[in-house]
Amino acid sequence: MILRHDFAELVEKAEKRGCPLWEIILEREEQEQAVPRRELWNKMTDYWRTMSQAVEEGMKAGNRSLSGLVGEEAYQLKRYAESGRALGGPNTVMAAAKAMGVGTVSVSMGKIVAAPTAGSSGILPAVLLTAAEQTGASEDRIIGGLFTAAGIGRIIDDIASTSGASGGCQAECGAAACMAAAAAVEIAGGTPGQAAHAGAIALKSILGLVCDPVAGMVEIPCIKRNAMGAANALLAADMAIAGIESRIPIDEVIGAMKEIGDLMPASLRETAQAGLANTPTARAIERQIFGTE
Amino acid sequence: MTGKSVFEIIGPAMIGPSSSHTAGALRIGRAARLVLGEKPATAEIVLYGSFAKTYRGHGTDRALAAGLLGMNTDDDRIKDALAAASREGLDIVFKTELSGAVHPNTAAITLTGVSGRNVAVEGSSTGGGNIVISRVNQFIVNIRGVYPTLLVEHRDRPGVIGRVTTILGQSGINIASMNVARKQKGADNLMVIETDEPVTEEMQKQVAATPEVIEIIAMNSF
Repeated sequence: MILRHDFAELVEKAEKRGCPLWEIILEREEQEQAVPRRELWNKMTDYWRTMSQAVEEGMKAGNRSLSGLVGEEAYQLKRYAESGRALGGPNTVMAAAKAMGVGTVSVSMGKIVAAPTAGSSGILPAVLLTAAEQTGASEDRIIGGLFTAAGIGRIIDDIASTSGASGGCQAECGAAACMAAAAAVEIAGGTPGQAAHAGAIALKSILGLVCDPVAGMVEIPCIKRNAMGAANALLAADMAIAGIESRIPIDEVIGAMKEIGDLMPASLRETAQAGLANTPTARAIERQIFGTE
Repeated sequence: MTGKSVFEIIGPAMIGPSSSHTAGALRIGRAARLVLGEKPATAEIVLYGSFAKTYRGHGTDRALAAGLLGMNTDDDRIKDALAAASREGLDIVFKTELSGAVHPNTAAITLTGVSGRNVAVEGSSTGGGNIVISRVNQFIVNIRGVYPTLLVEHRDRPGVIGRVTTILGQSGINIASMNVARKQKGADNLMVIETDEPVTEEMQKQVAATPEVIEIIAMNSF
């Protein structure tokens, strides 16, 4: 039997105890998996260091994906953010660069941490790093944020899915943005309720997004969708901290995501049969990379 | 009664770009090396289905080579594994077969070791870095690479299975699951024994000393 949790219950517990969500999530993990807290914390800390390293690596000049289709976009955007001219403000644009950086590392056969998947692995590190830089939060606070993110991801995975092949991009970049938004709120010192609203707002904003990668590879449009996912998460976190609420509770948003995923045709779930993958340019790229068939 | 771990959501640490086409492929290569039980000298790898179609874009070829060299899924050297293979004297030939795929992400690997030993291993990547090894030489098997696994090839005679499992039991090894594959009645059989604890070299020697046992292969570190 699988233990299912819903988010409202987590929020209620955390608020009653006056602790962050990650405390409740970490406690449950300790009990359910019978692994000592210290060990769980250390494992997450190792993952965080791998994530941070991927952010750094990915924004360097000279990166190139296996197919050669992408490479230096994160570096370009980082340089632009540093110029001070960014219309979206330096933080958001830099967060987008960081997210693309991790995606670039992944498609260049570098080391990343799936969060929840390899294809959406840039959003969480980018958002958490940005939130920590902005608020001066310690590494421990970030690790706490990762537990919050993973706890929400688990609920999404239980109720809906975190795989593009079964739920479309909303299940990968959408789940990642939802996880990152809630974690960012906690890192910034927001309440568990605000974290839930942030997650709901981020997920609502990406519902319905299909998974239609060009040539079936995790490059186009995945890398840029990581950038958008990071911006989406930061904005959702800011809205929630400002006191804006999601009228639809997060558990119901996750339910809607599940319904939409179930209704989504297979051709738009990571099969490269429709959508962007089926455009004339995408088909030309496919022939160029894999030869004619 | 346990739920999913949060580390199934965040993690694993891996070399990209794809858990199925990169991490899973590496694990198939690694399993093939475990079956060979020594350093491979030549490898012929036939890629089926989606592996055949997209292997270059996902680094599937490099990942398979890395697995044959014994690397893990988060090894920084995976990207350059093809060069590393030639440096180590491992000659790899890749072939593709678009039709007749058993599973969309399948690789059939024929290996020759440095001692001249030959093995054939077929495996599929089933998603999220998980694999199933479906064939070892002529035997149809189902090895997921989750537990230490002992392969025992033996003559088809009554009592052999009892003798082998008794040796394991007396050594304190708990069997998690067990299957016997055979080519035909009276021909040689293959026991596939998944255990909770790794089978030590000393126990392997005892099993190998059983008269009907032809060969044993211990796959301890998937």
